[in-house]
Amino acid sequence: MPHIDVELEKLKTKLLEMWDLVEYQLQSGREAMLQADQELAQQIIKRDRKVNQFDVKIDRMCENFFALFTPVAVDLRMVLAVLKINANLERIGDTAEGIARFAKKLDGPVSEPLLEMTKVVPMYEEAVAMFADCRVAFKTNDPVLAKTLIKRDRALDKIYRKSDGIVTKFMAENPEKISEALAVLSIIKKVERVGDQVTNIAEEIIFYREAKVVKHRQDKKKKKD
Amino acid sequence: MNKKTTKLEAKELNAYYGDFHALKNINIAMEEKNVTAFIGPSGCGKSTFLRTFNRMNDYIDGFRTEGDILLDGRDIYAKDVRVDELRKEVGMVFQKPNPFPKSIFENVVYGLRIQGIKKKAVLEEAAEKSLRRSALWEEVKDKMDKSALALSGGQQQRLCIARALAISPSVLLMDEPASALDPLSTAKIEELIYELKNEYTIVIVTHNMQQAGRVSDHTAFFYMGELVEFSKTKTMFTSPQDNRTQNYITGRFG
Repeated sequence: MPHIDVELEKLKTKLLEMWDLVEYQLQSGREAMLQADQELAQQIIKRDRKVNQFDVKIDRMCENFFALFTPVAVDLRMVLAVLKINANLERIGDTAEGIARFAKKLDGPVSEPLLEMTKVVPMYEEAVAMFADCRVAFKTNDPVLAKTLIKRDRALDKIYRKSDGIVTKFMAENPEKISEALAVLSIIKKVERVGDQVTNIAEEIIFYREAKVVKHRQDKKKKKD
Repeated sequence: MNKKTTKLEAKELNAYYGDFHALKNINIAMEEKNVTAFIGPSGCGKSTFLRTFNRMNDYIDGFRTEGDILLDGRDIYAKDVRVDELRKEVGMVFQKPNPFPKSIFENVVYGLRIQGIKKKAVLEEAAEKSLRRSALWEEVKDKMDKSALALSGGQQQRLCIARALAISPSVLLMDEPASALDPLSTAKIEELIYELKNEYTIVIVTHNMQQAGRVSDHTAFFYMGELVEFSKTKTMFTSPQDNRTQNYITGRFG
């Protein structure tokens, strides 16, 4: 394998390790929310430091790669994509930490009717599944899979848009559960962000593989809706 | 932006060294006042192609071409074209600086003397103008009568560029003009190319990918006598269309 490919492989491996860690953070956040597990939530918050270390390390690896290999064409796009994916993974890590902070505020498990109405659990599961599929798309250089993720994000947006009204209604009917409802609403907002960040990553994968810029395209579509 | 004018053009060009088919059906049009870089592995035909533009290959036994090479729309291999006239129009700079064993001044005005210009004032003016254009004037103005061979490699190469410019060509062919120079001299030559393209059409053969990226507007990739890809340099180095180009510029050939 040429030297440059060895270095690229190292970079890719490091990013996939970070991906695993962030996925674990997201999964744990879901558990912490559902069980109102204070201790687990605290662990997530603490573990975000590790995510940040990955972020710094990968940035540095990219910087070195630019300086030493002056990459062009597909190599250049790969490193640019890794840089941006790294930033997005770090943000998703922050989001998981944020979810943990809201989970910490819960006094007990979230009431069933609230979970049902808001669809927060299937939404969360879909976000985690998208995140995992996105990892596969990156690992296997699959822009087609990446494209499906951009579409799947719309389902999350839909649940998010309805959540305001649903939660407001729930609070009106259950004034004793306002703080719980607010925490759930905040988590929904965070999960919606995860969907957006997965979309960003998917766009970078498409750019890296196909040299096409697809970001900001749906913005136009959304405005038409 | 000015309207784009084609300065140099090859149409269905084939070239042979005896039985060896060195250039295969090349079609390309290069814009005026643009820098075009030719890249490709050794033996791919890029230097052969460069040299067809001022008929430097004419001296090689068994060399022949088919198809057309046009300068300003005129076939330069036509019977009525005088090669010395052509080379006034199309100057050339080589890989190794090759000053004559004469003074700096005599080197620069060499082409003009051959043209029969004798007036000292005319020659002096032309020498200063050319040396200023090749960014060497300030370094040599006080030692014009000293031997050109006493200059550094980088200075010698700029002297050769001045010598090429002195006869007022409109095209400058450069065959790896900086490959024998250190990074500082290389940077000066590249800076110079960037300046010169305001007035000249430049074609440069280079093995240095980054150099092609830094100095050229368009890049042509040659492989085994074929012109594989010709596009804007930016496009070539970010998203090449052909796999062979991608493999070459990313250093993964073979």
